[in-house]
Amino acid sequence: MLAMNYRGPRRIRVDHKPYPEILHPGDAIVRVIRTCICGSDLHLYHGMVPDTRVGTTFGHEFIGIVEEIGSSVQNLKKGDQVLVPFNIACGKCAFCKQELYGNCHESNPEATAVGGIFGYSHTAGGYDGGQAEYVRVPYADIGPTVIPDDMDPDDAVLLTDVVPTGYQAAEMGGIKPGDTVVVFGAGPIGIMAAKCAWLFGAGRVIIIDHLEYRLEFARHYAQCEAYNFRSLEDPVLFLKRETGWLGADVCIDAVGADAAGSALHTITGKKLMLQAGSAIALHWAINSVKKGGILSIVGVYGPTGNLVPIGNVVNKGLTVRANQASVKRLLPRLIKHVQDGYIDPKGLITHRIPLEEIADAYHIFSSKLDNCIKTVLIPPSARN
Amino acid sequence: MENNLSNNYSHIKGWGIDADPENEPTYPMKHYTGDDHRRLDWERPPQQLENIEVLHSSERPTVSAVFGAPHPPSGLSGAIRRQAFKYSESSFGHWLPLLLADRINVVEGFVDDLRRGHIPNIFIESGWKAAWKHNRKGVITRMVVGTVLAVGIVAAILAKKRDK
Ligand SMILES: NC(=O)c1ccc[n+]([C@@H]2O[C@H](COP(=O)([O-])OP(=O)(O)OC[C@H]3O[C@@H](n4cnc5c(N)ncnc54)[C@H](O)[C@@H]3O)[C@@H](O)[C@H]2O)c1
Ligand SMILES: [Zn+2]
Ligand SMILES: [Zn+2]
Repeated sequence: MLAMNYRGPRRIRVDHKPYPEILHPGDAIVRVIRTCICGSDLHLYHGMVPDTRVGTTFGHEFIGIVEEIGSSVQNLKKGDQVLVPFNIACGKCAFCKQELYGNCHESNPEATAVGGIFGYSHTAGGYDGGQAEYVRVPYADIGPTVIPDDMDPDDAVLLTDVVPTGYQAAEMGGIKPGDTVVVFGAGPIGIMAAKCAWLFGAGRVIIIDHLEYRLEFARHYAQCEAYNFRSLEDPVLFLKRETGWLGADVCIDAVGADAAGSALHTITGKKLMLQAGSAIALHWAINSVKKGGILSIVGVYGPTGNLVPIGNVVNKGLTVRANQASVKRLLPRLIKHVQDGYIDPKGLITHRIPLEEIADAYHIFSSKLDNCIKTVLIPPSARN
Repeated sequence: MENNLSNNYSHIKGWGIDADPENEPTYPMKHYTGDDHRRLDWERPPQQLENIEVLHSSERPTVSAVFGAPHPPSGLSGAIRRQAFKYSESSFGHWLPLLLADRINVVEGFVDDLRRGHIPNIFIESGWKAAWKHNRKGVITRMVVGTVLAVGIVAAILAKKRDK
C-alpha cells in the first residue's frame, strides 16, 4: 500500500509499505478515503517533536471504510464508513471514564503526559497514521463513529480534529454572553475557535495572525474582526486599547510552538531548541487577557518547557484551561451542529491533493503558499 | 439582558445556542466519576502482544494495553533512545537525547535508503516542485544567496592561500 514516509525534517515522500496488521482483538483496519494535513503535523515535519522516528507515517485526521475487524470488535462491521477521532482511547481507564479521551492511559507507553495519537511520533504512542491507503485503528469499539448517510466526507474528515478542537478551545474559555474573545492564530483551528466562540454567546471576537490572506478568510468565514500583528507595534497594547484598557475576557492560543513574531523565541525555541518551540503567541495571550480572565490553550507545545510570563498568570489571577481535544465527547453535538448548518467544516478546505504528491502538499501548507488554509489528501483508491 | 444581546447578533446563525452558565472554568471539565482515589485500579483492556521492543516511560509500571508497533528502536539512535528512557519525562536527560537520536536517525535513514539501492531525491522530498510553482521568487532568492555565499567562501579561501 502507499503511505507517507518521514525521512527527516522537511523531507517526506510516499512509499510502498506493508499492509497494516490486526495486533490486538480490539483493532480494526480502515481503508482511508480522506486525510488531512494539520498544523500539528507541521511540528513533526519541522523536527520539533522528540522521538519522531524515520520511516513513520503521519496523519491523525482521516476517515475511511472498515476493511477488517479484530475478534472483540462489536460496534463496527466490514464496510462501515467511519470517522476516526485523532485520539486513541481505551474507554476503560479512569481518564476515559471521565470523558478525557485525549488523556487515555492505555494507549501510549512512551509518555504519560499525553494519550495515544495516530501518526504522531513515539512520544504519542508510535502509531503509524492515516496519510496512507490503510491504517490500523486500535480500540475500534470506542473512537470510530459511523458517518451519517447525509454527511459529506469532506465535512466528516474535519470532525476528526479541527471542528472539535476549535469548539473545545471556545468551550474551555467559559465564554459568557457578551464576552470579548481574542483568538491567536488564524489557521483552521483558530478560525474554527472564532466561529464557535459565537455559539457560546461571545459579544466580540477578534482574531490575530500575520498572514493577510488568512485574516481575510477569517473575517468572512468566522464573521469576526481580524488584525495583523505585523502592522501593530505591540499586539498586547493594541488589545488593551481595544478592550477598554482591561484586556479580553477570554484569550485562546491556537498557534502553538511554531509561532512567529519574536526573534528571541524563534532563535531559542525553533533554531537552538533550548525551549520547546516558540511561545510568543502564548506570551501575548497571557498578557492580553484581563485580570481574573480565562486563557484557553489548544496550541501544541513540546514536552521540555517554554519561556512564558508565568508571574503574570499568578498576579492577574488567570484561569488556564488546556487540553488535546476530547473528540469523542464532542462528536454527537458537533455532528448535529454540522447537520443543522451552524458549522460548515468543508468551507475551510482550500486544497485537494493526491496522496502521491504529499511532499508538495506539506511544503505548501508549511510555507503557507497559494492561500492555503486546509489541505485534504486523497489516496488513489478513493479517487475514482 | 441575554435577550437584548441576542437581538444584536441576529446576523450570526446559532449565536448563543451553546451558552452555558454552568460552564465555569473553576469546575473541572470532566465527567467526574468519583473514583479517582482508585488510582491504576481499573479493569484493563487485553494486553497487545509485546513481540517487539517497546520503550516505556519510567513514569508508568508497564507498557499501555495497546501501542504502535512498526518502528522499534534500532542502531545508534536506538541505543541513545534506550538510555533516554532511563530518565523520567520530567528530565531533560530524557528529551534532549531523544532529539539527538532523531537527528542521528535521519543519517541512518539516508544510509538505509542507499543500502536498498534508493538514492533519495531531496528536491522532491522537500516539495521543491510546489515551491517552484507557488514561490518562485523565494526559490530564486535562496539560490542566488546560496551561490553568492558559496562563491564568496571559495574566493576567501583562495585569497588566503595566495597570501601564504
Ligand atoms: N489541542 C488539540 O487538540 C489540537 C488539535 C489540532 C491542532 N492543534 C494545534 O493548534 C495549532 C494550530 O493548528 P492549525 O492547524 O490551525 O495550524 P496552522 O499552522 O495552519 O495555523 C497557525 C497559525 O498561527 C499563525 N501565527 C504564527 N505566529 C503567530 C502569533 N505569534 N500570533 C498569532 N498567530 C500566529 C500562523 O501564521 C498560522 O496562520 C497547532 O499548534 C496545532 O498543533 C491542537
Ligand atoms: Zn490535527
Ligand atoms: Zn483510556
